[in-house]
Amino acid sequence: MTSEAPAARRAGSAERIRWRLGVGPVWALCLVELQKVRHDRTELLTRAIQPALWLLVFGVTFTRIHAIPTGDLPYLDYLAPGILAQSALFIAIFYGIQIIWERDAGVLAKLLVTPAPRVALVTGKAFAAGVRAVIQGVVILALSAVLGVSLTANPLRIGATLVVLVLGAGFFSCLSIVIAGLVLSRERVMGIGQALTMPLFFASNALYPVALMPAWLQAVNRVNPLGYEVDALRGLLLGTPAHLALDVMVLLVALAVGVTVAAALLPRLTR
Amino acid sequence: MSEEPAAEGGTAPAVEISGLRYAFGARAAVDGIDLRVAAGEVFGLLGPNGAGKTTTIRLIVTLLPCPPGSVRVFGLDAARERMAVRRCVGYVPQQLSADGALTGRQNVALFARLYGVPRAEREERVARSLSAMGLEEAADRLAGTYSGGMMRRLELAQALINRPRLLVLDEPTIGLDPMARAVVWERIGALRAETGMTVLVTTHYMDEAEQHCDRVALMSLGRIRALGVPAELTAGLGPEASLEDVFRACAGDSLSFLDAAGGDARDIRSTRRTASRLG
Repeated sequence: MTSEAPAARRAGSAERIRWRLGVGPVWALCLVELQKVRHDRTELLTRAIQPALWLLVFGVTFTRIHAIPTGDLPYLDYLAPGILAQSALFIAIFYGIQIIWERDAGVLAKLLVTPAPRVALVTGKAFAAGVRAVIQGVVILALSAVLGVSLTANPLRIGATLVVLVLGAGFFSCLSIVIAGLVLSRERVMGIGQALTMPLFFASNALYPVALMPAWLQAVNRVNPLGYEVDALRGLLLGTPAHLALDVMVLLVALAVGVTVAAALLPRLTR
Repeated sequence: MSEEPAAEGGTAPAVEISGLRYAFGARAAVDGIDLRVAAGEVFGLLGPNGAGKTTTIRLIVTLLPCPPGSVRVFGLDAARERMAVRRCVGYVPQQLSADGALTGRQNVALFARLYGVPRAEREERVARSLSAMGLEEAADRLAGTYSGGMMRRLELAQALINRPRLLVLDEPTIGLDPMARAVVWERIGALRAETGMTVLVTTHYMDEAEQHCDRVALMSLGRIRALGVPAELTAGLGPEASLEDVFRACAGDSLSFLDAAGGDARDIRSTRRTASRLG
C-alpha cells in the first residue's frame, strides 16, 4: 500500500504533464471522430465513391489511351497516390464548415470555455481530419490493390503513407478553419473552399508529372503543400524517386503555421 | 434593492463585475454594469432578447475579452487569469450543444478529457455526472435519440464533469415543455443543495426566475434596471405583482423600447433554432 502511493503520485504527475502539453485534448477530439465513424459508417462509403470513380473511370481510361507520359509506370499506378491525397484534401478543406456549424450549435463556445489550450483544440481538430483521411485512405489503398496497382507491401512504408496523409489533411483542415475564422459564414467558407480545391488539385503533381506543366504552374506547385504530399505518397507507395525529407518537412512546417494561425483566429468565431 | 447574502467563510464573491462595458461595433451590448453574485446563490439575469444577458455571461466565462479588473470569478481576474477561471466554471450555452452522433456517456467523457480529469477517476466521474442528471439508463444511447429535456440534462452533466464552483446556464429551459422545464430545475436545485455551487442563469421566463432564483437582476439595453430578491422586488408593486410588472415599471414597455430591446436577428435565429430542435 505504501509503495503504491508514490507510484500513483508519479503516474498522476506524468498524466498532468501530458495534459499540460496538450496531448489530452488532441486525443479526446481524435477519439470523438473515431466514435462517430463507428456509429455511422455510411459517410465512409459515400465519400469513397468519388475517389473510386477517379480511379475506375479516369485512371483506367487514361491508362488505356496513354495520354499522359509516366515512363515505365502505368498511369493508374501513377494516379493512385494523387487520388489518395485528393480524397484527404476534399475531407479537410470543408472542415471550416464543421467549425461554423459547431459555432452555431454552441459546441465551439463550450470547447473554448474548457482550460484546453486553443492550439491543442485546433491540433485535435486537425488530427481528427487526419483520422478520417486515414480511414478513407485505407479504402482507396484496398481499391487500388484490387485494380492491380503495384503498391508496396512494406508495413513501415504503408505506416509512413498514413502519417503523410494525416499531415496533409491536418494542414488543409487548418487552412479551412483559418478561412472560417476570417469570413465567419458557412456559405463563404463553402464558396472559398470550392474555389480553392480544384486549383490546389490541378496545380499539383496529382494527375500529371510536374515536367509536363507550364512554367507558371510549376511555380505554383512549388508552393503548394499538396504537391509535396503527393510526392511523398508516390515515393512511399510506389518507390519512385521522391524528396521524402523535404516533403515531410514542408508538411510539418505548413501544419505548424496552420495550427498557429487557426488557433489565433478561433476566438473570432465565438464573438 | 437588497444586499447579496454574506459569503460563507469570508470567501470571495462568485462573480464580481464593476463598470463593465462591451460593444459590438457601435452597439453597446453591455453598458456599464456593476454586479456581485455571492458564493452559493442561484442568481438570475433576466430580460428580453438583446438585453445584454448572454454577452454578460460570455464575458464572465472568458469567451469575450474584458478589461482587467472588470470581471472577477471567485477573486480571479477573467482578463488576466483566464485559465484559472475556466477551471472553476461550468458553462451550458443557449443552443443544444450535445453531439447527437455520440452516446450520452461519450459526450460527457469528451469533456472529462478536455478538463483533464485523471484517467483513474474518469469513468466514475462520468457515471456520477450522468447519474446526477438522471441519465444513467440512457447513457449508452446516441444523444440524437434523446428528448429535449434529456439533451439539456446531458449538457448539464457535461458542465458538471470538472466539479465547477460556478455553473453558468444560458436560457437552460428555452423551448422545453413545462414538465421538462420542471425536471431541469429540480436537478439544478438538487445539485445546488448537494454541492453548494453557485448557479448563474439567464432566462426569458420571469415565472421561473421568481420561483427558483435567490436574487435576480433585470436587464434591458445593456443595463441593470432592477436587482434584488424576487419577492422584495414584486412586493413594492403590490400583492399581485409579478417580475414582469417590475420589469415594465423599471424599463417601460413602449413599442420603441421593445423594438430596440428585441435582440438582433442572430439572437432570434439562435433562440428559434434551439426551440425548433427541442420540438
